[in-house]
Amino acid sequence: MNPPLVKVRAVREPDAGRNPLPAAQAETLKIDVEHLIFFYGEKRALEDISIKIQPNVVTAFIGPSGCGKSTFLRTLNRMNDIIPGARVEGRVCIDGQDIYRAGVDVVAVRRKVGMVFQKSNPFPKSIFENVAYGLRINRLTSNRSELAGRVEESLQQAALWEEVKDRLHESALALSGGQQQRLCIARALAVKPDILLMDEPASALDPIATQRIEELIYQLKAKFTIVIVTHNMQQAARVSDFTAFFWLGRLVEYERTDKMFTAPSEKLTEDYLTGRFG
Amino acid sequence: MISARTATPRKVLSALFVAACALCVALALVPLAFVLFFVVSQGIQSLTVEFFTHNPRPVGEPGGGMANAIVGTLILTALAAAMAVPIGVLSGVYLAEYPGSRFASAVRFAADTLNGVPSIVIGVFAYAVVVLPLRHFSTLAGGFALGVMMIPIITRTTEELLLLVPNALREGALALGATRARAVFTVIVPAALPGIITGVVLALARIAGETAPLLFTSFNNRFFSTSLVQPISSITVQVFTYAISPYEDWHRQAWAGALVLVTIVLVCSMAARVAAARVANIRGR
Repeated sequence: MNPPLVKVRAVREPDAGRNPLPAAQAETLKIDVEHLIFFYGEKRALEDISIKIQPNVVTAFIGPSGCGKSTFLRTLNRMNDIIPGARVEGRVCIDGQDIYRAGVDVVAVRRKVGMVFQKSNPFPKSIFENVAYGLRINRLTSNRSELAGRVEESLQQAALWEEVKDRLHESALALSGGQQQRLCIARALAVKPDILLMDEPASALDPIATQRIEELIYQLKAKFTIVIVTHNMQQAARVSDFTAFFWLGRLVEYERTDKMFTAPSEKLTEDYLTGRFG
Repeated sequence: MISARTATPRKVLSALFVAACALCVALALVPLAFVLFFVVSQGIQSLTVEFFTHNPRPVGEPGGGMANAIVGTLILTALAAAMAVPIGVLSGVYLAEYPGSRFASAVRFAADTLNGVPSIVIGVFAYAVVVLPLRHFSTLAGGFALGVMMIPIITRTTEELLLLVPNALREGALALGATRARAVFTVIVPAALPGIITGVVLALARIAGETAPLLFTSFNNRFFSTSLVQPISSITVQVFTYAISPYEDWHRQAWAGALVLVTIVLVCSMAARVAAARVANIRGR
């Protein structure tokens, strides 16, 4: 049989008002979540979330405490797996592959989808060993000089190299809070993920350290797809291309950041952004 | 008016209470002070170079030492550690990793019970399972008895220390693509390692001073021996043997042995404390 002249693509019903991406880009989606429902035991923490994220953009998740934005972020690299009683329904596709399909290698998923946590969590090892950790356990480098090269490269990407290059073998715990967080970013970058999930990466940092992290996010966008959870709406406005507003476990609005912050289509979003609640 | 000088009933009561606490502390420390005083004052005069380099002399012959017993105690505790450290640490890892499972509760209960079993009973157990099949007393049997005593201590210490490691470290390792086992053995156990080592040293100090489990397992040996299948001398059993003997000279040797033993235990405890303090410093930052 001859191949069809016109390539027929499975047509997806565009989620009107929810997904600001044109349907034609569906093929190049980095993250494609469909009808995700998340349970903590009997409690439904997330209700029917669908969202499509393009490569090399920064997407911010905003919303009041307990709205499910962190929970949703953690479904994207299956970090919720370690919570007893957690259960997921629906599909989460990364590069078109459903990561909750049976037989998926969770370790491979987490290598592809890196994560930076709210509180910096350097291992009680040296600065070098922190960055080398992911490379070592995944056997990503074949010799010492390659390992050292990747460590340096990652620290430079995280804008930390100049500050630590003379004390790579000192304890990571001696670094300042902002440096520790950049170290954690370097550690995540070292395994060369495609996607970087950041769960309020600057919430425990002072304004100057926060600014550095934000500049970093802007630079990293060229290479990675970034999803950032933030409590700080100004931060979302500054760093992100798209913003998703969560409320009570639902995705209320997902829109280009400039549009969301100037002309949100949902009343609830407007009330939240103008500080009427939350 | 707030006056610092007036003795209100509340202040008097407070002072009385603090005084009572101080008195109780002093009372608790008195036995320790007396033990140390007697052991040092009685033992120091017999603590000669010969005591460390020579074996016991026959009855009636003056001099001699406890070289065989000191070496014996070192071998016995090393054997016990070789047996108890792997089993104890791995059981502790299991308890910390699967805290809710039924098996874990059973293990925890068993460890606590074993911890409370009188040491003489552990000796009887070792006699039954090691000495009887081998048909004679041996170093192995003594090391086994001490190891059995050490396991529950190390298990529970390891479990408690692992539970203190922040969960954020585990998540950090998992997010980098570590498997659960990998995260445990490359991040969580190393983070708790200084504390675990402290626990092991304290456990060693404790079992080094045990006599009862050795009486009918490793027994005693008047000669220098490093054989694992022969009876072996130990400081504690030697002190016991000398102390109940009718000879003045042996009594002096017993005091010296007690001094060596107390010194070993004190040095171990202090080393463990220093290590723990250093860990606390690192964590505190």
